[in-house]
Amino acid sequence: MSGSHPEDDEDMRAANAKLRLASDTTDEVDLVIQDVSMRFNTREGTVTAVDGVSFEIKRGEFVSIIGPSGCGKSTVFNILGGLVRGYEGSVTVGGEQISGPHASIGMVFQEESTFPWRTVIDNVAFPLEVKGVGKNERYEVARKFIDMVGLAGFEQRYPAELSGGMRQRVAIARTLVFEPKILLMDEPFAALDEQTRVLLGDKVLKIQQELRQTTLLITHNITEAVQLSDRVLIMTFRPGKVKRVVDIRLPRPRTGDVVGSDAFGRYVAEIWNDLREEASRGMAEAEDGARMRKA
Amino acid sequence: MGKLIVPPPIFGAACVALFLGLVEFLLSVGLLNQFVIPFPSAVLGSFWRLFEEEQLLHRLVVTGAEALSASMLVVAFGVGIGVLLHKRRILRLATEPWIAAAAAAPIVLAYPLFLVIFGRSSATIVAMGFVAGLAPVILKTVEGFQGVKKSFLNVGRSYNLSPGQLFWKIQFPASIPTIFTGIRLGLIFTLINLIGVEFLINFGGLGQLINDLAERYDLPGVFATIIFVILVSVVIFSLLERLERWLRPVR
Repeated sequence: MSGSHPEDDEDMRAANAKLRLASDTTDEVDLVIQDVSMRFNTREGTVTAVDGVSFEIKRGEFVSIIGPSGCGKSTVFNILGGLVRGYEGSVTVGGEQISGPHASIGMVFQEESTFPWRTVIDNVAFPLEVKGVGKNERYEVARKFIDMVGLAGFEQRYPAELSGGMRQRVAIARTLVFEPKILLMDEPFAALDEQTRVLLGDKVLKIQQELRQTTLLITHNITEAVQLSDRVLIMTFRPGKVKRVVDIRLPRPRTGDVVGSDAFGRYVAEIWNDLREEASRGMAEAEDGARMRKA
Repeated sequence: MGKLIVPPPIFGAACVALFLGLVEFLLSVGLLNQFVIPFPSAVLGSFWRLFEEEQLLHRLVVTGAEALSASMLVVAFGVGIGVLLHKRRILRLATEPWIAAAAAAPIVLAYPLFLVIFGRSSATIVAMGFVAGLAPVILKTVEGFQGVKKSFLNVGRSYNLSPGQLFWKIQFPASIPTIFTGIRLGLIFTLINLIGVEFLINFGGLGQLINDLAERYDLPGVFATIIFVILVSVVIFSLLERLERWLRPVR
């Protein structure tokens, strides 16, 4: 667990925020992805899902990967989380090469992943429970994070009694409770409606700024990517490569209000410009595939 | 929807009472044959006699003990075999169709075989109940484990859980609702077969009593005992439902 957050140090945080605004921060690098490729063997032959992807994430930075369906962004997520093997290239966290799930990487999944048989607090405390942390201690830590995601008072509820957005916040709290160096999120808000998504994005932003949590968000939602990120990596349709990196120089600390601003609109338009081409390619290929299957 | 005028249980009880009253009436005017169907009043009246003269409670304990033994065997072996089949793909693929067929087969017809092996004893009855209830539990256990959401397993893997932790903390609790469907189904089969075999081999508790009373042509007694068995089943299955809710509070 990393204990290096300058906790509760307003000045330090403000200074960092400014530093990050300047974009070329000299902060420590947390995550290095070097020339990562991944190929799958299918009946139609070998498919290159990810092709020579390289990027770095600095400590405390919020980076989004955006791309059309089928650009291999979920594959990148699974590689970084250590859930798939057999890729080329290297992934290093704080200088250490990873091979398999790593304690310094926390994952929030796209699909429903809160355990329906556990209460909110037992869901959030789960990672501590399996590491053998005593009940009182793990509940105390869990409460802190439940509070942080705004679910105080819901500790004893079951996921079935919560809304989709609340359940996803439980999942985020469960991941944060382990205090991972890097937070990986794979389209965590994909199943939610737009309003909930923006409000939840706000929440994530606040938490991220509070913890100075290094975060990588996988998404196909441009608004979300611009709202939350310091940098947005645009990926190409298959094979997935990094097409372009867009620095989002919107002031921090940010809130959901930024969504309405002119600068915000310009970033969205800029990213959409790049993305449109890839998305149309993806769509055309999907249609071809459907036609071939029909023939 | 409008508000219900009477609570459903009261409405149900009223319907039953009305039906019994009708039967009573039809029997008394001779439209129904009272040598085939006993008077409902006589059936109700024979309950005390069953408790007094036929040791209904003692027989309930006998059948209950057999049912409990068979159920425990069904759950232990059913879930155990189900887990084994889930873990060993070749075993599962090879045996699953057979188990599914066994679940639908009238296994009770195999009772002479069990009589030869275990003799005319409680062992035969328990064994028959066990065999009859096993298949659905195995099938539903396999289904439960196969159906655990991939995202749950990924959460487990992302925390580097040991195989044991993955099993007890994620796979097993995630499968419980499906396993319980199997257990409920299996125990129904077990109970039916248990009492059926008691009846067939004229040995043991409630099944034997039904057989005895039938041979004595005590129709009210037969009907009363059957009603008693039904009531006991209702109690057992509502208890089982509670147990399930206790294990998995909200689904």
